[in-house]
Amino acid sequence: MGVVENLRQNAASSGAAARLREGGATAGRGVRTGLERMHDGWARLPRGARIALTVLLVILVYLLPLIRPPVITTQQIDFGGVMFGVAALALVAVGLNIVIGYAGLLDLGYVGFYAIGAYTTGVLTSLHASWPFFLALPVAVGVTMFSGLLLGWPTLRVRGDYLAIVTLGFGEIIRLAVTNLGWVGAARGIKDIPHPPNIGPDPEPPFGTGGLFNIPALQWDGLVPSLDTGRETPFLVFGAVSAVPYYWLVLSFLILILFADRLVKDSRVGRAWEATREDEDAAELMGVPTFRFKLLAFALGAAIGGLSGSLYASSQSGYINPQSFPLLLSILFVAAVFVGGAGSRWGAVVGGTLVAYLPERFREFADWRLLVFGLALMILPVYRPEGLVPARRTLRARAADKEIEHLEGRDEAPRQVV
Amino acid sequence: MNFSFLFNNIIELSITGLALGAIYALVALGYTMVYGVLQLINFAHSEVFMYGTFAVAWVFVLLHGTEPATQTLGGTAGLLVVAILAAMAMSALIALLLERVAYRPLLKRKAPRLMALISAIGASFALSELMGLRDRVAGWFGLREALGPYVANARDIYPNPVTIQPQTVFTIGGYGVKDVDLLVIVASLLMMLALDQFVRRTRFGRGIRAVAQDPESAALMGVNATRVIRGTFVLGGIMAGAAAAFYMLKVGSTRQNTGFIFGVKAFTAAVLGGIGNLRGALVGGLVLGVTENYGAAIFGSQWKDVVAFVLLVLILLVRPTGILGESLGKARA
Repeated sequence: MGVVENLRQNAASSGAAARLREGGATAGRGVRTGLERMHDGWARLPRGARIALTVLLVILVYLLPLIRPPVITTQQIDFGGVMFGVAALALVAVGLNIVIGYAGLLDLGYVGFYAIGAYTTGVLTSLHASWPFFLALPVAVGVTMFSGLLLGWPTLRVRGDYLAIVTLGFGEIIRLAVTNLGWVGAARGIKDIPHPPNIGPDPEPPFGTGGLFNIPALQWDGLVPSLDTGRETPFLVFGAVSAVPYYWLVLSFLILILFADRLVKDSRVGRAWEATREDEDAAELMGVPTFRFKLLAFALGAAIGGLSGSLYASSQSGYINPQSFPLLLSILFVAAVFVGGAGSRWGAVVGGTLVAYLPERFREFADWRLLVFGLALMILPVYRPEGLVPARRTLRARAADKEIEHLEGRDEAPRQVV
Repeated sequence: MNFSFLFNNIIELSITGLALGAIYALVALGYTMVYGVLQLINFAHSEVFMYGTFAVAWVFVLLHGTEPATQTLGGTAGLLVVAILAAMAMSALIALLLERVAYRPLLKRKAPRLMALISAIGASFALSELMGLRDRVAGWFGLREALGPYVANARDIYPNPVTIQPQTVFTIGGYGVKDVDLLVIVASLLMMLALDQFVRRTRFGRGIRAVAQDPESAALMGVNATRVIRGTFVLGGIMAGAAAAFYMLKVGSTRQNTGFIFGVKAFTAAVLGGIGNLRGALVGGLVLGVTENYGAAIFGSQWKDVVAFVLLVLILLVRPTGILGESLGKARA
């Protein structure tokens, strides 16, 4: 057994892992090999080309609700609004991925943080004060982070699955609290939450749309695009006319968080999370203060949840009520992380995108959506146990496990080993 | 804060709390046993319970008809026995299906443990939605007319046509104890006692404990793990079916989303008592039921669930593995 454990550790370290990855890539199936190959191809491109391609891609994503590509564009519901929801859920998934994917803490009550962020914003800007949005936003993030610390301090000492139920309870407590406390509007909710400030002149009803200039959207006749002047987005007015500016704002935050996420993940902190997730006792023995790092993951995740909640509160409708934060939403968040692949940054983005987008795209099957979603969640783990965009580390670990099984003679068919 | 209400009604609150807690405990057994054997939160167990409640209502529709009636417990005893058996059968069947469709394929592929939770969440959604869309599904097969009263108003509250009028059996301290509560408490305790003895004394029970302790060694000793896991699901289903019948006795109606919150509470009860521990499920359920009732009396019923979860956090702070904290595998024979 000792030999095997040794091997496992060696395999996880870089040299052996690279060797095993080649073996794993040939042994892997379908999308996984495709992803690996894509990544290798990407790494071989010159630096300049990579930057140019990235910038191009980012611009494309920003313009998506204006390009309104056929097939992708939702028919029955405003596409800009859908894209706002997509970006918001991707942001939530990236935040939750820190907690679940990196630190390995199963949080089933993430909607609680989302609600705290939204309600803090609502209370500060509309209900009990009239702060401007960009002052309330950091305060909301701070309050949510603090609530994460407050919840994490007693509960993170509890291990594993107990945490799941405690967080589930937390999510429900927050929902019940905002339902029953008159101070935060109870069942009536909070309305007239101010939007982010405009750039350029404010709109002057009934004719002036405001903003510096108007950006037209495209309309498609088959595959032939033309300008749709009836659907212009004033730059940059956060009003009731267009949801696109809200999408841009959330997307900007998402990109910012993705950068930060990458920095943190590749730092000492990220490695400490990984060690804690894989084996808490071993990590503790190696001198990793596991509790402190778990608490950090929890607080960071909470802060991002609060950020997206705050953005949600100040979005187009400017209205929140307790029904906006059902416990089911938590489950949806967790599903988004696992659909993409826990521990994988881009997986979280993909998962959040799919979970938010697909139900809106297939609105005509409205009644069947949840049923299909449930079935999809049952099928996915069978065919993609690591999610759609698995973390590279997970793949390496799996390849290493395979190698060990082979060395122990436990695999069914003998396989070529490097 | 209404302490005088609590003290004036303490006996009533305790007894109805115990009855509610006994139902929680029966459902909690399903969570705790599956967790003990597979270390898996069987998130879809709530739907196993929900299907049981529908089985009860359907039996009453089938054997009594749809017109509303009020009966005493004694007057409807025959129907009730059939309904309980039907609920147990239905729940056991759903649990079996769940094991076959949602878990076994994953176990076979050695998928990460948390992925099984996702599968369970998916199964929970699918089962609940299937119940909510049962009129449409019946429509596919052209059975909508034939099944009329069973699939009507699929997304609305579905009542048991027979309302059971509780009768006072005896009086303690000025409160007349109702026969329904008494039946629920006594029957639940008997069922749990039977299950406890089953796991402790029979060959199959020894298999369950062995797999819970160490699946690999158990397999080496000739325990058929697949059979044990299947049996565990069925046992949990039977308990959930009984719980469903008692729930219908007390509440009288159900809905396709009844399972979710009730399941969360039952799981809380399991964790409260110490997950993986059969007697813990009982203790956790009863403590939860009674505390909820007291909490509702003091703070108002809208804070009932908050009291339950705060209690959970407090207990886990003091005893991180629940009140009894012993695992299924460590239970002595």
